Formats: sequence, structure tokens, C-alpha cells
Amino acid sequence: MTSYDVIVIGAGHNGLVCAIKLAQAGLKVHVVEANETAGGAANNREFAPGFTTPGCAQWLTQMSPELSRELKLEQHGLEFVGSNLPTVALAADGNALIIDGESVSGANVSAKDQQALKDFRRLTGKFNRLLYKAFSHRPPRLIEADFADRWQLLQLGLRMRLMGKDDMNELLRLGLNNIYDLLNEWFEHPGLRGALSLDAVLGTHLGPRSPNTVFTYLQRRLAEAWGEGGVYQVKGGLGSFGDALAAAANAAGVSIQYGNAVSQITMTQDRVSGVTLSDGQSLTSRYVVSNADPVTTFSTLLGYQNVETDTARRVSQIRCKSGASKLHLALDGLPEFTGLSLEDLGHRLVVAPDMDYVERAFNSVKYDEYSPRPMMDISIPTVRDPELAPAGKHVLSAIVQHAPFSLEGGWAAHRDQVISDWVECMAQYAPGLREQIISAELLTPEDLQDQYHMTGGHWDHGEISFDQVLMMRPFPAAAQYETPVAGLFLCGAGSHPGGGLMGLAGSNAARQVNETEKNG
Amino acid sequence: MKKYDAIVIGAGHNGLTNAAYLAKAGLKVLVLERNSYIGGATVSRELHEGWTYSNCSYVCSLLRPEIARDLELPRHGLQVVPYGGGITFMRNGDHFGKYPDAQRRHREMARHSQRDADAYERFSADTMKQTRLIRPFLMKRPPDPTSLHPRDLKELASYAAGFMEMGEEGFADTLRFWTKSVADYLEEYFESDVIKAHMAGSGIIGTALGVYSPGTAYVLLHHYMGDVDGNVGSWGFARGGMGAVSGALASALKSYDGEIISDANVDRIIVRNGQTRGVALKDGREFHADVVVSNLDPKRTFLDIMDASDLPSAVVKRTEQFKIRGSSGKLNIALDGLPTFNGLDKDSRLMVGDLHFHDSLGRLERAYDDWKDGTWSKDPYLDVLIPSQFDPTVAPPGKHMMSVFVQYAPRKVQGREWTDEDKAGFEKSVLDQIANYSPDFRDLIMHVETRTPREIENEVGLTEGNIFQGELTFDQLLFNRPFPGYAQYRGPVRGMYMCGSGTHPGGGVMAAPGANAAREILRDLRRTNTVPEGYADD
Repeated sequence: MTSYDVIVIGAGHNGLVCAIKLAQAGLKVHVVEANETAGGAANNREFAPGFTTPGCAQWLTQMSPELSRELKLEQHGLEFVGSNLPTVALAADGNALIIDGESVSGANVSAKDQQALKDFRRLTGKFNRLLYKAFSHRPPRLIEADFADRWQLLQLGLRMRLMGKDDMNELLRLGLNNIYDLLNEWFEHPGLRGALSLDAVLGTHLGPRSPNTVFTYLQRRLAEAWGEGGVYQVKGGLGSFGDALAAAANAAGVSIQYGNAVSQITMTQDRVSGVTLSDGQSLTSRYVVSNADPVTTFSTLLGYQNVETDTARRVSQIRCKSGASKLHLALDGLPEFTGLSLEDLGHRLVVAPDMDYVERAFNSVKYDEYSPRPMMDISIPTVRDPELAPAGKHVLSAIVQHAPFSLEGGWAAHRDQVISDWVECMAQYAPGLREQIISAELLTPEDLQDQYHMTGGHWDHGEISFDQVLMMRPFPAAAQYETPVAGLFLCGAGSHPGGGLMGLAGSNAARQVNETEKNG
Repeated sequence: MKKYDAIVIGAGHNGLTNAAYLAKAGLKVLVLERNSYIGGATVSRELHEGWTYSNCSYVCSLLRPEIARDLELPRHGLQVVPYGGGITFMRNGDHFGKYPDAQRRHREMARHSQRDADAYERFSADTMKQTRLIRPFLMKRPPDPTSLHPRDLKELASYAAGFMEMGEEGFADTLRFWTKSVADYLEEYFESDVIKAHMAGSGIIGTALGVYSPGTAYVLLHHYMGDVDGNVGSWGFARGGMGAVSGALASALKSYDGEIISDANVDRIIVRNGQTRGVALKDGREFHADVVVSNLDPKRTFLDIMDASDLPSAVVKRTEQFKIRGSSGKLNIALDGLPTFNGLDKDSRLMVGDLHFHDSLGRLERAYDDWKDGTWSKDPYLDVLIPSQFDPTVAPPGKHMMSVFVQYAPRKVQGREWTDEDKAGFEKSVLDQIANYSPDFRDLIMHVETRTPREIENEVGLTEGNIFQGELTFDQLLFNRPFPGYAQYRGPVRGMYMCGSGTHPGGGVMAAPGANAAREILRDLRRTNTVPEGYADD
């Protein structure tokens, strides 16, 4: 029987980042992955013969250049076909709005709004730099804080004070606010407000009017901390990002085992001792680091019978509702979006004509219905990367919200209707779209759960809401990656600071494992 | 022209409380009221002969006992009659009765879900824990977290010490409670739709948010943190209607030689060289004082009766951004007799409590969706009470008075002013809702007073008709209420103060903002403090 220092469950991006850092610290690390490829939610999917799409996540936005450099991902094959790309807010009349960093143009946007966006980005950038600092460390415990926690709190407090009294006041007010009211305060163009609000509710179970959405907005816009705000398109699809991470892991001495799921975390005398795989194989290790979501980790892999009642209660209360689903279209040719140039088509296209539209799109999911008029985040990856489809053909990948995890009446009965309704909705902006479709695939939250092993199909492994962030993520006793179960750590999106392909949960967790290893 | 030590604008319950404490400290105090009657939203009016409507606020629980006892309000005529329990009628003809008696409540809950019945004790204890946590803060001014003043630092440290006692888990529970939605909070304990819906109502009353909106669990707390005679969480009727509260406060004020002038419509606060000098009325009269206290909401205060040139531009901007949204309405109904409700005996214990008609969280949330779309709820959430069963003074013998609180109704209908047709439609949706569950209700109606946010705004002077003088969302609570930097009752001009529900700890007939503001004013004037400290709970 092979024995390791650390077994990492899941080769998602956080799992791999964590594994690399632990291997670099001299530990013997083994990663077990249920799927055949690395990357987790950053993977590729051939959904129709010859047509490849990013399966879950479709852009890279929140990974810091710092971490990317540190992991030497470019040396391991990470290449971009598009960097810091603008967002195009679609309009039925073809008069689209183009948001490029702090500039906005098109759709008769006023000079006032153009200036307001610059000022707005300056403010949010300031807050994001603070957030990035907080995200790059384990969340400090506020009450039972040790020296490191106190030091970090002091630094954060100092940084806040240094922003000046006005900005600090503004942060206290805005941090708790909703994006709907905030954008109404700042901008007059409905399309601009709509497109900006989309970032606040992407992947959430919230509408723009829900309190909490300024925080989710800042979280999603983390890249503003290092002066960026656009999306990145990875060459070869987002799966190549996973492959690059796997290559970096191998280079660091990490072994990765594919196609074999962990069925159980094994315990010996109240301490984790390794894992059992679905084929019955047993592996032993001193530490187990789970990149699986907290609910899966505790309820399925460990079993509630092996944890304290309080831990079981906390875990069972974690909310993992997401309204996000994926629609993949294989197209016979390049779709024609009214008023858009070829260059525009290679950017991020969004359907969010105004904030009330986005709010209404959210209404349905509260009642386990799907939005007939959803908001969308669309990528046509083949514009910049033709190899993802046969010559002359194209792939359209869209995150569509909202769709419930359990649709009233069941998904099986309504899948075709939903696809048809959503294509219809998209066709308002690209009239000939329906005729170009060779094949279509819909991944509902239920499918995302099954394919990517994320409870609720939630790519953040738990909602990013105030009651589930910082030292409450995923629950107080496990917020610093070390869980109440001796030897078991968490390193996934369910931990601070959440998902979004940041890799920060993984690198923070590695630091914590190392510390435990050093201090015993 | 007579000169006063302090002028309070608005004879609402907070204005009267504030004035009473200033007068008690020996100041010469004048209260100016726009209407011909006092009380603001704490008012009783005979709008149909023989009936007394509490036509805004309608029940009493939050009124701080420290104040009631200190100002001897019972001696000035205030009598609060406790009531308990409530019922939610279901579409299937059944109902859920929340009996005040613990055993009976347990049996009734178990009829819907054994698990819920067993969870109730835990829910109750957890909620009460949060309640006991917030109660000591009610009679204190919130510290300014950005200030380095020793007083602020000391108070912040005392808050921090309070949190330290809770431990990491307790602290996390509190933070979670403050930020989550009432639906999420209830779903951690209960499974039965009707039980969840029955309790969720308190999370949305007066609030432009839905049961699924983060932050509404706190609003629930806002309805649990009061007490009647030390019985925390209990509610009662003021005998004679809510006007009895303001009447008693006014009587207390007069006993300290305070003055009230009604029909005095304030035009503006007079400011000279950065110092408040008095108040000018619309009819040209002027009253002078170096201290002016506004009981009006922040919008009315800073945008209507103050000149922008007297204010820092940041304050004007903050005021414009302040959220004060009309979301509720009210119907007051004179009845020829006690209506019967489906499946309920006329002498049932439950008839004296709150009557509700929403049996699922989904229905509550859809009521909010209507509001977001700019219209009144077609299936409105109602909190119905028939106080005449307790209080013989509000209706003639054999007759009854029904108070119907309605959630949701927007201040503007699809962005335009309410029309008479809209108002009739709003009224109909409410009466239909009740008639669905009471066969003889319609025949008993003798008079209906319907109040949309428009009426509430125009009569009471609450912007948008918001009953709390500003949303109780966490960006507008504690040191953020009404806005950061001005949460300590002091206005941006020397001698100018705020004492309304737009300041900490917010709305409800609590009187704490008025008392807390008085404490700060007396401090600034270097006068002996007359305002009591909060009672300890245990």
C-alpha cells in the first residue's frame, strides 16, 4: 500500500494549486481525480462530434498575475488567445454598448456616464485592492484570534483607515448594499446599469435588488485590484488551463490519478488516515485535503456519523443554490449578431438590457421555474480559436440564468422547451441563429452537480453571501481550512474566498497545511 | 418674539419624548406640529362616528419600558393591554393557530409537523438570544467606527468586549442572523410551509424587501425585541388607540412646562453663520432657539426644511441616496359585528390575535414581486387585528373595529401618482383577501378608511409613507443610520439634531431615538442628563 504525506481529493484548480504548493514545500502529494482530465470546472467538453466548449466556466478573470507567475503556468502551456477582453452588452436594435475597462461607448451613452464609469472603477478598484489583501490570506478569526490573525486584522484595519474617512464610510455603506441601488446612484443608461449588474449576480441565487450584491460584484471584479477588468480566453479552451496546472503539478513532483473517484475518507482513531477509491483501492496519508465542496466532503465522503453533531448541523445549513446553467450550441457558421463586427463577436457578449430585466430573470427561480427571458453571458470561443470546431463551424457557449436545480415538473420533461425558449431569446439579437444550430446541449444546475461534483451545481461550492463568507465560510470551525476532524483540510471554493478560478483558496489552504506540519 | 432653549419639529412620539426629556432637564422647549392633532403616526382618530381608528401604527410593544416608567406614562393615561397569539388561514380550509399557551401551541404545530413542533423551542431560544443581544444597544447612541475620539473608541471597545463573550461560534451565529433572509433563517428550523409563512411576516412588515432577501431576518428581530411589562417579545394594545401613547407623552411634556403648538407648518430651519437660530413657519411666524431638533425623516429634514447652502454637499448627496421606500398600506374598517372566519369558532382564543392569510413563503415572495413591478400586491400579505375585542373605547357596543396592515403597496404606481381607481383596486385586493376566508365579512362593513403610501405620506409627513422613516437594511442601521458620520443624532449644523426613527435604533413606536437624541443634546449643553440608561435584561 502506497503512503503519502498528503492526498488531495479532486484535481480542480484549487486542488492543484494546493498540491503544487505543498509539493514545493517538500511533501509527498497525491491527487485523486474522478474525471479523466484535470481542471474541475475549468475543463473542455466535446458536446457534439468535433465541437469543443468550455464545459462549466468559460472565461478566466480572477486569477492574479502574481499567482499565475508563481505557478509558471505559461511555461506549462497556458496561452491566451484573448486578454482583458471587453464586454458587449447586446441590444435588439443592434446598438450595442461596449464596456472596455473604465471606458464605455456605443448605444448613445452620455458623456456623464462615461465619466461616471471612470470614477466608479476608481472607487471599486480601491475596495478591490483591500478585498484582494483579505482574500490572499486565511480569514482571521475575530474572537479566538491568534497572533497572525491579530496582525492581519490590524493591517486590514490600517488599510481601511488609510483610504480616508470618506471612502471608509462609503465602504461601510456600500459593502452591505445592493447593486441595484448603487448603479442607480451612479449611472443613467439602463443598458450600462444592466450589463454592470450582471457581474453581481452571475452564479448566484440573487437578483440585483437583493442586499449582498455589491459584495458579490466586488468579488467577481477582483481583477480590478491589479488594474484589469476584462475577461481572458484560454487557447484550446479553458481545459488547457486545467492541463497547465496539471503539468505544473507534475513538474513539482505531484502524482495525479485520473478516472477514480474517492468514495470515502478513512479514519483511524479519530484522525483521517487516507481515502478509499471507488474501485476499492485504499491509499493512506497523514493529511487529506479536500477540493470537493464542504457538503460532499462531510456528508458523503466522511459521513455525518464521523463528525460532531454541531459540525453536521453547520454543514447541512450551507446554502448551495445556484441559478446558473450552461447552454452549448454547435453552429453551422458564424452567427450574425445585429450590429456587431467580427471583432465584437470575439468579446464577451451579455444579455442584460436593464436591471429590472435581470431582476425578473431571477424571479422565476425562486419558485422553481426557469426564466423565459434569462440573462446571459455568451462566449463564441471559435472566433479567436477556430480549432475548437470543424473548419467554418462555430461554438457558442453561454451561462444562462436563472434555472432552478429542481424544475417544477422535472427537467427531463422540459429540457427541449427550455433550450428552444432560450435560443428564441438569443435570436432577438442574432435573428438567424436558430437555423444555424447543428446541435444543442443544456447543462442544468442538476447536470452541473452530476458532471462536476458540485452540490447544487454551485460553482462557488456554497453561496457567496454575508452569512457564508470570511470566517463563516464554510462554517466557523473550518474557516481556516483546517476542519474539526484531525488531519482533514478543505481547499476548494467552499472555503474563503470562494470560487471564480482565483486559486486563492488552494494557496491559502496549502499555507495552513504547511503551518500545521511545522507546528505539529 | 419669545426665545426658547430648544425647538422640536414634529409632535410624533419621538419628538414628544425628546422634548419631554429636554423640558425635564429644565430647558424651555417648544414642539411644533404641522397637523391640527399631535402624534404623527402614533395617533387615534375618529374618522367614522363612534369608531376610533389607530390609523397608522396599531399595536404597542417596542415602547421602551425605561421611558414609560421614567416619564410616568401610565400616570399620564397610558394603559397597554397585552394580547397574544395569531392564526394563518390556509387555502385548503385548514389553519395554523399560534396559541400563546406553550402546550397548546406544541400540539397545534405537531398537527402540521412534529419536527417543527420540536424545533420551536430551539428556534425560540436562538431568536431570543439575538434579541437579548440587541436590546442593550437600543438606549445607546451608536459609536462612529471611523472616529478616533476616546468616547467612540471606548464604546467600540465595549461592543467588542460584548462580542468577545460570545465566542467565535456565537459571534458567527449573530453575524449570520443579521445578514440572512428570514426565509433562510426559518428554513433552518422548520419544514411546514404554513408555519414558516406565519412567522416570516414579521421579516417584511414595513420593508421593501421580500422574505428571500438577505437582511430580512433582522427585520424579524425588530418585531421581537419589544416587551409588555417585561415580557420580551409580547405585544399589546394601547387602550384608546395608539393616540394614547402620544397623548401620555404630551401630558408628560406639559407637566415639565413644555409647550406644543399645532397647525404650525415649518418652512425652514433658520441657520446663521453655521449655527441654528430657530424655525420659520410657512405662515411667516418665527420661533427662535439655538437648538433645533427634527423629528422628521432625513429626506424631509435635509431636503425640505433646510437650505442646501447651509449643508455640506456630502450630506445632501447622502440624503438623496437614503432609502426610504413606501411599501405598506393600511385599511381601517368599522364593522357592524364580529366577523366569522372559516373553520374558527367565534369565541376562539385565536380571534384576538393577528390574523394572516398567507400559507407559503412563495406567496409572500410573489407579493413582493408585484411591488418590484411597481404595483400593489394582488395577493397582499395582511396583518389583521380586531382590537375592539379588548378595548371597548374604540367601537360602540356590539360593533367592532378592524385594523388591516397591508404589505406591499408602492409609493408610485408604475412610476406615476396613485389615482382613485388605483386606490379602489388596492382596497378591493385587500377586502377580497379577507372575504375569501370570512363569509359574512362584506355584509358587516360599515366604513372603510383606505390608506396607500400616498395618504400616509401626505397626512403624516413620512416620505414615501415609509413607516420606519427609512429602510431597516443593514446599510442603514446602527452607525450607518441615517448615514455614516451622522449617526450620533447631531446634524451637520451646530445646534441642529435629529431625533426621528430615521436615526438609531430605527422605527416602531419605541421612543428610543427621541430619548437618545435628548441625551446627546443635554451633553452638548453641559446639562444634567435626564435620560435613563437601558434596563438590563437579567
